[in-house]
Amino acid sequence: MTRSTSDDPVLPRYLREDPSMRTPLAYPGYRSTALRAPLRTPVDLPHRLTEVTGPVLGADRVTPADADLTQRLGGEAVGQRILVHGRVLDSDGRPVPGALIEVWQANAAGRYRHVVDTWPAPLDPHFDGMGRVVTDDLGRYEFLTIRPGAYPWGNHANAWRPAHIHFSLFGRAFVQRLVTQMYFPDDPLFGQDPIFGAIPPAARHRVISRFSLERTQADWALAFEWDIVLRGAEQTPFETTADSEVRGTAGRNRAGGAA
Amino acid sequence: MTALNPLDVPADPPGPFQPRSGRRGSGFLTEPLRRGTTPSATVGPYLAIGLTWPDGEWAAAEGIAGGFWIRGRVFDGAGDVVPDAMVETWQADPDGRFPSPEDPRGAAGRPGFRGHARAQTLSGEFAVFTLRPGRVPDGEGGLQAPHVDVSVFARGLLDRVVTRIYFADEAEANAADVVLRSLPDDAARETLLATPADDGYRFDVRLQGERETVFFAV
Ligand SMILES: [Fe+3]
Repeated sequence: MTRSTSDDPVLPRYLREDPSMRTPLAYPGYRSTALRAPLRTPVDLPHRLTEVTGPVLGADRVTPADADLTQRLGGEAVGQRILVHGRVLDSDGRPVPGALIEVWQANAAGRYRHVVDTWPAPLDPHFDGMGRVVTDDLGRYEFLTIRPGAYPWGNHANAWRPAHIHFSLFGRAFVQRLVTQMYFPDDPLFGQDPIFGAIPPAARHRVISRFSLERTQADWALAFEWDIVLRGAEQTPFETTADSEVRGTAGRNRAGGAA
Repeated sequence: MTALNPLDVPADPPGPFQPRSGRRGSGFLTEPLRRGTTPSATVGPYLAIGLTWPDGEWAAAEGIAGGFWIRGRVFDGAGDVVPDAMVETWQADPDGRFPSPEDPRGAAGRPGFRGHARAQTLSGEFAVFTLRPGRVPDGEGGLQAPHVDVSVFARGLLDRVVTRIYFADEAEANAADVVLRSLPDDAARETLLATPADDGYRFDVRLQGERETVFFAV
């Protein structure tokens, strides 16, 4: 099918974080980057329809039980129970509703339920380490889990990963896709970890959760708060009537977004 | 403008996320963000725990008319196959529409088409079942050649890398595509071409090396 020029839709343009605040692809201290991080300069890709749209992978993939990692495989996981909560925002501070968050983590002893992880720490028969949640209309998420243990790895002599939870987020546009890791405050292992250390110093606080006394559950669980910030779109006034129609269409289709 | 603490949540949040229309053009913005974005990290070696879907490979439903496979391998700088990567794809349907409310022309609702696939390389190669994407406007008055946006995640990649699949048997559309035309030479363009195979197409990703795949900054 063909389209005339007048069918060219006006699209949002997503802002790009300053390189000095982004994790570089190549980081010599993390040895696996040596043969895997591309060496050539990436080519700028304009934000067109493929880049400003993204899959809707919401509620139909997620059940309420997916947000409780402590009850799995017919019993309760061993460890310090924690409630991890926060909001998914864009870089203008606006909530991102309907965002699929997938998390995975080691058990309380620092062992993953994965064939490649064979270090001599016990597996927990009631912990698989996988969770899923979709953000609500205000971009909020929360899940119950146990605090993961630190674990050794082969990157350098006596290397240990600080305790962390892996996060994967879709947002609403292809350009917002993010995979990252959440850490806990004041971890003594930060200083020797090149995966944490690859993050520019001024941006490292963005991946460290905050102990959240106000959400701690009496006689039940500690709480940690972590907000995740995805790229936001350029804020410009609408130029033409056609642009207003564009906004109206998007707004009607967006969960919680109707004006 | 002073940097805001991303943990310093306003008590009364502004309204829900609404991307705003920008002006036409291909330039990138460099103005500072009000709130610092969360830095990326590697998926690590255990991504299968959190990111495995039984239906991951199916961007289009099994048995759909016109469906085909795109299969390929991911190679590292030593030429070895990467067996612990994840490849995700996103594309338009055959009419050039997207199953996404962010499409300002309206979300497409083609039955059996998700447009998104996620495949791991545990067996040595990834596989994605999909439909041929239609052409979509290129923002400059023309149409882009059929393409699939691709993200590759792996241990040793501190962020995803982004590339595009084009189809080698779309020579005419490829020759007019603004993105392909912006690449320096045919050798670079060739790294983005999926080639016909028995049950669809083959597309390999080379993270490094002489034939390093063209990757995009989005
Ligand atoms: Fe880990």
